[in-house]
Amino acid sequence: MIRYLKKQNFWFVFTPYFWLVLFFFIPLALIFKISISVSEWGMPPYRDLFSLSEEGFKFDSTLSNYLFIFSDPFYIRSYLNSLSLAFTSTILCLVIGYPIAFYVAKSQANIRIILLVLLIIPFWTSFLLRVYAWKVLLQGSGIINSILIHLGFLTEPISMLHNHYAVILGVVYTYLPFMILPLYGYLVKFDLNLIDAANDLGAKPLNTFLKVILPLSLPGIIAGSMLVFIPVVGEFVIPEMLGGSDKLYFGKIIWDEFFVNRDWPVASALAMSGIVILVFPIVIFQLMYAKYNFKNE
Amino acid sequence: MSNSFLEIINVTKRFRNILALDKVNLKIEKSEIFSLLGSSGCGKSTLLRIIAGFEKPDQGKILLEGNDITNLPPYIRPLNIMFQNYALFPHLNVTNNIKFGLKEESIPKQEINNRVNEILNLLELNGLEERKVNEISGGQQQRVALARCLVKKPKLLLLDEPLAALDKQLRIQTQFELVNLQNKLGITFIIVTHDQEEAISLSDRMAIMQNGNILQVGNPVEIYEKPKNNYIANFIGTANIFHILNKNNQVIIKELNYEIKDINNNKNFNKCLIRPEKINIKKIENQSDNSNVGIVKEVAYLGSYTKYLIEVNGIQFYSFMQNSLVSDNLQIKWDDKVEFKFNDSSIFLFND
Repeated sequence: MIRYLKKQNFWFVFTPYFWLVLFFFIPLALIFKISISVSEWGMPPYRDLFSLSEEGFKFDSTLSNYLFIFSDPFYIRSYLNSLSLAFTSTILCLVIGYPIAFYVAKSQANIRIILLVLLIIPFWTSFLLRVYAWKVLLQGSGIINSILIHLGFLTEPISMLHNHYAVILGVVYTYLPFMILPLYGYLVKFDLNLIDAANDLGAKPLNTFLKVILPLSLPGIIAGSMLVFIPVVGEFVIPEMLGGSDKLYFGKIIWDEFFVNRDWPVASALAMSGIVILVFPIVIFQLMYAKYNFKNE
Repeated sequence: MSNSFLEIINVTKRFRNILALDKVNLKIEKSEIFSLLGSSGCGKSTLLRIIAGFEKPDQGKILLEGNDITNLPPYIRPLNIMFQNYALFPHLNVTNNIKFGLKEESIPKQEINNRVNEILNLLELNGLEERKVNEISGGQQQRVALARCLVKKPKLLLLDEPLAALDKQLRIQTQFELVNLQNKLGITFIIVTHDQEEAISLSDRMAIMQNGNILQVGNPVEIYEKPKNNYIANFIGTANIFHILNKNNQVIIKELNYEIKDINNNKNFNKCLIRPEKINIKKIENQSDNSNVGIVKEVAYLGSYTKYLIEVNGIQFYSFMQNSLVSDNLQIKWDDKVEFKFNDSSIFLFND
């Protein structure tokens, strides 16, 4: 194929690859390098892989960082916590986001624009501020407790903050637009006649949804789920702000290893193993997605 | 209890401020091909959607074989609709599109397969069973859409602009196929169309609609030869419409200053229609004392016939002449003087 590319086309095609190599592959390689380095005091807090001393050239690498994190159930549990958080939030985002996306996609064009702007407006405010706002809302003297007490449902404030439910709430709130927008993208192309056709052919509303609407919005569901699931596995800001000590999450552990323990090699090993484990669901999703799109081309 | 197959009684439908259907009454008989004809926005599609059950009328009733189906959801009604864009399921292949409706009924697998095979044969779709619906041609898609409906053995088939998405060659061929199919199966067809030629050639009977009202119901010949008003006359084919003067027991076509002798105008009709193919013209060389003389303003040769626009006393009308080989009308050119002639019996009087 490259044979047929003219010189200017070469740059056009390969610019994204240079970008990927520069900003993705090289940083990843650096993290990998740190993850197989030996930890030591100093700056940076690890020993160089290759060193040249009086004893000559030395290659100094270790797998002990990986062995360490896989031997300690603390790390594995935090990773499972993150996976379960990502799974729960993806399902919740899908259940909440699907009807919203469907409604937006099927509204009249002028209303649709307003609804889309409403969906995007939260992005104008910093994500940190929005999560912080939840902290204010949920706290003991916060507005939700006040209203519940005022209405007589509660006699004294309950603690809604610093537990994993608050984390799920924060994650679902933050990532909901990432589910809705790709779903919307597929549902807006959906021909409403297909729903009428299914009804006309004898399908009741539930069967119409299961046999026609759902399969045709599957690519949107996959895309939205990937956009929620993958970043939530590494999420550390929301657990940090809304979470408590009941559950520790993977992203938070990496942060702590890096900045609190200053154990860069272990933190890097955690990051690398996280990526490797995440690659499987990503590849499966991508294959499903590609297969589906191929089938419908 | 009535005898009609489908009865539409006083159906009214409003969308916000727009009156889409205004107290529509219509009776459709079993096994006929009935067309709803009108320009866009006349309410024909709304009426079709109400019959299919996608819309509820604000007032009125729909009776199918005497049973009130007004409030039945579409998935219970024993009728099917073929959509203008076919609305085939893009994620299913041809066979599964056709099977879709049968799977919703509790029919044994063996019978489903038999019925699908039968319909595949009937519509000559063999060999396309496993194909995706977007991998087949427009004409094939149309037949899959038709098969998907017919395999359900509906009592009534609604067709929304069934031929609009096909190119002209295919459209004419498909018209004949549709009529043959209907004759073979005996299913009642209701066709919505804006194409008057299509309606005339397909229908047993047709209704002309305008602004949510039905203007006239009749067979194609009645509608073409005896339109109730100006709008219908102009909508179906080309119409020459003149005013009628009634003076001292004389019936006179005002624009042509022509007295109609052989006609009975006891109802005091004020307009008349003469179809262009009923007006013959003949070239005249020298001054004639005949008063029926006009000047040719336009000539359009259309193969089997030629259209002439004739001007008399400042008004214009059309004459269509067959181009048979021996005909000498081909000699007629622009600005020629011609004598025109028509039988009094081909004049249709009406009030508007």
